[in-house]
Amino acid sequence: MRHAMCMRGHRIVVLAAALSLGLVSAAPAQQAAEPAPVKIGIITFLTGPAAAPFGIPGRNGAEVIIEALNAGKVPAPYNQVGLGGAKIEAKYVDEAGSTAQVVTEYRNLVQRDKVDVVVGFVSSGSCLAVAPVADELQALTVFDVCGTTRIFEEKPRKYIFRVNPHATMDNVAAARYVLNKLKTVNTYSGINQNYAWGQDSWRDFTLAMKNLAPQATADKVLFPKLFAGEFGAEISALLTSNAQVIHSSFYDGDLEAFIYQGGARGLLSRTPIVFTTGETSLYRVGAKLPDGVMIGARGPHALMAHQGPLNSWLWQAYTDRFSMPPVYPAYHMAQSLFGLKAAWEKAQAKKGGARPTTDEVIAAFEGIEVVTPSTTVRLAIGKGHQGVSDTAYGTYRFNKSEGKPELVDIVRYPAECVNPPADMDSVAWLEGGMKGAKCD
Amino acid sequence: MLTAFAILTDGLVYAAYLFVVAIGLSLIFGVMKILNVTHGSFYAFGAYGAAIAVGAYFNADYAAAGGFLLMGVVAIVVGLVLGLLIERGLLRVVYGRDEVVVVLVTYSAFLILEDVLRLLWGTESYALYQPLAIGGNVMVGGLVLSGYDIGLVVFAIVLAFAASYALRHTRYGRLLTVVIFDRELAAAFGINVSVMYTVTFVLGAILGALGGAVMAPKIAVTLGIGVEVIVLAFAVVIIGGLGSIEGALIGALIVGTCRAAAVHLVPQLELFVIYAVMALVLVFRPYGLFTRAQPRKI
Repeated sequence: MRHAMCMRGHRIVVLAAALSLGLVSAAPAQQAAEPAPVKIGIITFLTGPAAAPFGIPGRNGAEVIIEALNAGKVPAPYNQVGLGGAKIEAKYVDEAGSTAQVVTEYRNLVQRDKVDVVVGFVSSGSCLAVAPVADELQALTVFDVCGTTRIFEEKPRKYIFRVNPHATMDNVAAARYVLNKLKTVNTYSGINQNYAWGQDSWRDFTLAMKNLAPQATADKVLFPKLFAGEFGAEISALLTSNAQVIHSSFYDGDLEAFIYQGGARGLLSRTPIVFTTGETSLYRVGAKLPDGVMIGARGPHALMAHQGPLNSWLWQAYTDRFSMPPVYPAYHMAQSLFGLKAAWEKAQAKKGGARPTTDEVIAAFEGIEVVTPSTTVRLAIGKGHQGVSDTAYGTYRFNKSEGKPELVDIVRYPAECVNPPADMDSVAWLEGGMKGAKCD
Repeated sequence: MLTAFAILTDGLVYAAYLFVVAIGLSLIFGVMKILNVTHGSFYAFGAYGAAIAVGAYFNADYAAAGGFLLMGVVAIVVGLVLGLLIERGLLRVVYGRDEVVVVLVTYSAFLILEDVLRLLWGTESYALYQPLAIGGNVMVGGLVLSGYDIGLVVFAIVLAFAASYALRHTRYGRLLTVVIFDRELAAAFGINVSVMYTVTFVLGAILGALGGAVMAPKIAVTLGIGVEVIVLAFAVVIIGGLGSIEGALIGALIVGTCRAAAVHLVPQLELFVIYAVMALVLVFRPYGLFTRAQPRKI
């Protein structure tokens, strides 16, 4: 009996020891089973005039999304942890500074920090400068907010993707919305920043107007310096113009300064104006922006987003964290990150669940269709590297009783109505009469 | 005719802005021979300070006049604190060093202060829209002008006269003129040049902050505004002649008018015109329009 008890005791000890050993040895096995994190470098304006309206909302959007992805708390179809089960490690870098500095920061992320992917860039100047470097370093890069059409139209770019549609969509839709609201336009003016973004935006708007309202001519064509801040002379020029509408792709502090200065001199009430990126500033300018101004959000984002669980989640999670709703740069970041996630997981699935290589992610990314919080994007142009989606414009109204901005008279335009077809660059499409545009 | 009137009024408003910003920079260079890059920080701190303090004042529905007065108070506080800190804490250590070293020190301070701005007020932009709204607008010669802009021109004129009077007719101004002319001679005559330096630098800092405070209602007060201003202010004082108050005034008028003319007539040249004027002036007057003859020391 005693022997039996001894034996049982001995077996329990052995079992306990074996279990402990098993647990100890299982721990490293479990750690080894957890896939290595995916390192993503995120570059956006963390300082400077473009930080508040663009860089910070984009960064904040990335923070909310990455945190939720790592916790597996994003609604379907993005409810798998991180990218294909691998958690995301984000490194945030400031885009402020000279173009040379931006390129150096990009090189540092790729070569020193060994990130797997770089996501970001607000300025079209930054994107144009980084594009050849991405090719040189063979680094997978997802451009975020920057809208210049030249990225994929000047040269195919194997390593670069842009889920967000480019500036042609914004400005063709702006022309369509202006004509929808005003019916007849014979003269129009423009004030845009003097660099790639402003120049491209104005070019696309005027070409679209030539197609849609051939009788209309441009009167004042103004290109003040980027971040000039003081627009007294430009406002006088616009006040002395007989234009029936003003086009502006102003963003950041310039947009807000123009609103304050133009508002004080009655410009915004005197002449209808369309701000293609105006949505970024609505919460800050509030009642200072007169009702009736036409507003774009570079896609059907934020106040113009299609409703669904993914949009509700982003809106709520962002608002809870930052005490204000997300503006479109946060949506652009969501599009970039979800586009990357969709491509990564598609490549991983094709590989039987193994971590994909950069080339495999690229192959999966090309031409992908991405469900995003505000709309569905197809990477249909730029040889499958450039996204197109539907878009929307609305008219501003400040809701005094609730003290918040609203967009009314929202008109949606299908992707085929405002984007060039595949394998045709935007200028050729616009100059050729926007053939194949389907707006019904 | 309307365009000509618009060029004149826009030129004056822009010149007023440039003059208010440049006068402090010119004063500091005239006395201390320092190309002070931190002037952009004084401007930015003045703008942030005004946007926050004056914004809060207007939001509390106090009398409007007090809000405008508060802009001046903010500028004085900012100028006093930053001016003393930079001059006593930093520049004193590098006095007598090569001019390039001093410029680099002020540039370093400028970069540090940009980060201090960020630490204090974050990356959000601030708007001080109330003074523009209070100023209203007025139709003159077929053009709607902002009341605040008209006030800015008047303020710049008063500032120009006050600076000119103070330099010529006050004891401190005369002492300052001696230091501008020859600091060694001034020291030999018993003028405490060190104190003059401190007072001048603080005064220049107050003027820089005042520029930011009065411009805050017109702009979105956000990170980076100091960089834009310092480049323009340098162009103005180089055209007018470094160290000359009259030069700063004339430089501001030239730049303001040329830029306004370019915007109305050849908008493609707007960026080019400021620096073209500067280059043209320097070709014929390498030391600017109003630099007085320098005594040659053997």
